[in-house]
Amino acid sequence: MNRLVMDFLRGMGVHCILVEKICTVHGEERGMEASRDLQLNMLRQMKTIRRFEERASADFLAGDIYGIVHCYIGEEAVAVGVCAALEKNDKIISTHRGHGHCIAKGADLNRMMAELYGRETGYCKGKGGSMHIADFDIGMLGANGIVAGGISIITGAGLAAQFDGMGQVAVCFFGDGASNAGPFHESINIAAQWKLPVIYVCENNLWAVNVPTSDSMAVADVAERAKGYGIPGWVVDGNDLLAVCAAAEEAVAHARSGNGPTLIECKTYRHRAHTERADQPDDRPQAEIDAWLQKDPIDRFVAQLRKQQGQISDEELAAMDDEILKQIEDAVAFAKASAFPPLEAAIQDVFAD
Amino acid sequence: MRTITYLDAITEAIAEEMRRDEKIFHMSTEAPPKLLAEFGPERVRQTPITESALTGMAIGAAASGYRPIVDWRLVTFSFVAMDQIVNQAAKIHYMFGGQAKFPILFRTTVGGGTRRAAQHSQSPYSMFMNLAGLKQVLPSTPFDVKGLLKTAIRDNNPVVAFESGRLGSLKGQVPDEDFTIPFGKADVKREGRDVTVVALAWLVHEALAAADILEDEGVSVEIIDPRSLVPMDADAIRTSVRKTGRLVIADEAGPTAGASAEIAALVTEDAGTFKAMKAAVSRVCALQVPIPYAPHLEDHVFPNRHGIIKAVRAIMSEG
Repeated sequence: MNRLVMDFLRGMGVHCILVEKICTVHGEERGMEASRDLQLNMLRQMKTIRRFEERASADFLAGDIYGIVHCYIGEEAVAVGVCAALEKNDKIISTHRGHGHCIAKGADLNRMMAELYGRETGYCKGKGGSMHIADFDIGMLGANGIVAGGISIITGAGLAAQFDGMGQVAVCFFGDGASNAGPFHESINIAAQWKLPVIYVCENNLWAVNVPTSDSMAVADVAERAKGYGIPGWVVDGNDLLAVCAAAEEAVAHARSGNGPTLIECKTYRHRAHTERADQPDDRPQAEIDAWLQKDPIDRFVAQLRKQQGQISDEELAAMDDEILKQIEDAVAFAKASAFPPLEAAIQDVFAD
Repeated sequence: MRTITYLDAITEAIAEEMRRDEKIFHMSTEAPPKLLAEFGPERVRQTPITESALTGMAIGAAASGYRPIVDWRLVTFSFVAMDQIVNQAAKIHYMFGGQAKFPILFRTTVGGGTRRAAQHSQSPYSMFMNLAGLKQVLPSTPFDVKGLLKTAIRDNNPVVAFESGRLGSLKGQVPDEDFTIPFGKADVKREGRDVTVVALAWLVHEALAAADILEDEGVSVEIIDPRSLVPMDADAIRTSVRKTGRLVIADEAGPTAGASAEIAALVTEDAGTFKAMKAAVSRVCALQVPIPYAPHLEDHVFPNRHGIIKAVRAIMSEG
């Protein structure tokens, strides 16, 4: 139900309920509580995602990275804010736009870049590429080339966590497009019924490739769909790092204490086209893109840090940028120095021993 | 040895493995009563009718240290889970460079003869055989189904067990003690000299009946049951055909790009076997149509012992 319609109906005395909301104001309030180290680490992660992908895009266009690359640039606050609320043994699953989730969960940049370069030192021994990076040791169950493809898989990891009884949670990252697909509805229904410790994080970047979300959904917010499954559904400003983190912490606490799943919708925007290919069509209005560039999550968080006296200096920022760029350079050097997989690798790992 | 039914053998296999390994759990839209009674609703989960979600959840649970069993029930219902089967389960080990193991048993019932029409009478295993990354078994006896299911549950890969709907009440001898049957090992169900019949699932029993009749005519039939479709025991089939020089393939599925076509190719592309052949390969399969409802039409569409007898007579007259 559209909010204007709802307000109108309420004005007429009709009883309607809108899903519970988290107010984005919480972000800055929350910032005062988070430790300086944690805040700087989150900033570093967001910047690392951005620099990694800027380099991946450049190397893709130069022909050193093959196939397809989907950039997460502009959406970094979601992955970083959510993963900041997690422990190492909590699990996540990602999408085709997965570099950010990998980095936020603690993946190794060298092995990521080597995978993009198709080398045997990559996370998938050069068999996966950009769309299939996984690191099971850190609970990252993989990027996935099928929209909505990972939603049921991470729900099963949530069932495993419930069996284990150790308080672990599972986080499902997916886009607004996936929320129109069957696995979203089937999985949330069963997770709600079984009270599985899963946090469903919808990254609503407002466009499914070149189709605006408003053309494919009759509700204004994906979070409204939570109501249909009897679980909490919250809308969060996905470009406000601390607001995302606060919502994630609340959802994680909810899941760890056995209360079941939560749906968090993070409103965000990709700064770039759907993929990095040179001829990728992009139907989004320039004015809309420009408006969202003004809401850049990294700039916004830096401004928040600056407002808090003594949180970060220009020198510290410059040093952080230099360190990150060096890490990216090192990752590219590692990838380039690594061998391509040998031909016999083609028939290996079809089956496990 | 005891005599039990095919369905009881399945339940025994799962129950014995669940007793052995507490990481095994079972999910299906209807919980099997015997398993539910012994292991309770936590490990024997009755689920919403969401085969796609169950299939994906099995993958996630397997990646997290569990050994799920998912019963899709009729293979018909596996089709709503195809993304999870084809794009996820079959590829996930390879695509991620072998990082994690996905020990999952997918159970499903195939075949017709139940007067339930097209959507509930299917044998689409060749669609699955075409995917890399899924092991597949198609047992024809209580002994085979028990031994193969136990192997499937202990395997560290996704395995699809195609259980023949026609054979549920079939009785057969099963050992008292623990046993398993390795994948990729065909079974000679009957030894013979003149013609090899490679038969699948229910057609094994039709072939056995046909062989009795053909024996009276002086034709000695060897019956090979591959038992596992992936991996397929090409050696055993080729060895038999090199001996008899003749091959008939009997399958309840249609012929087009079917398991029967794969078996024919495995035989004829092997030069030594091809040279030993005295006649062209003959296939006894269902007509390539959706399965009709009316009993006389359904019976007409499916292959049976009479079709096998006809094919063997024809191939014998060829040379």
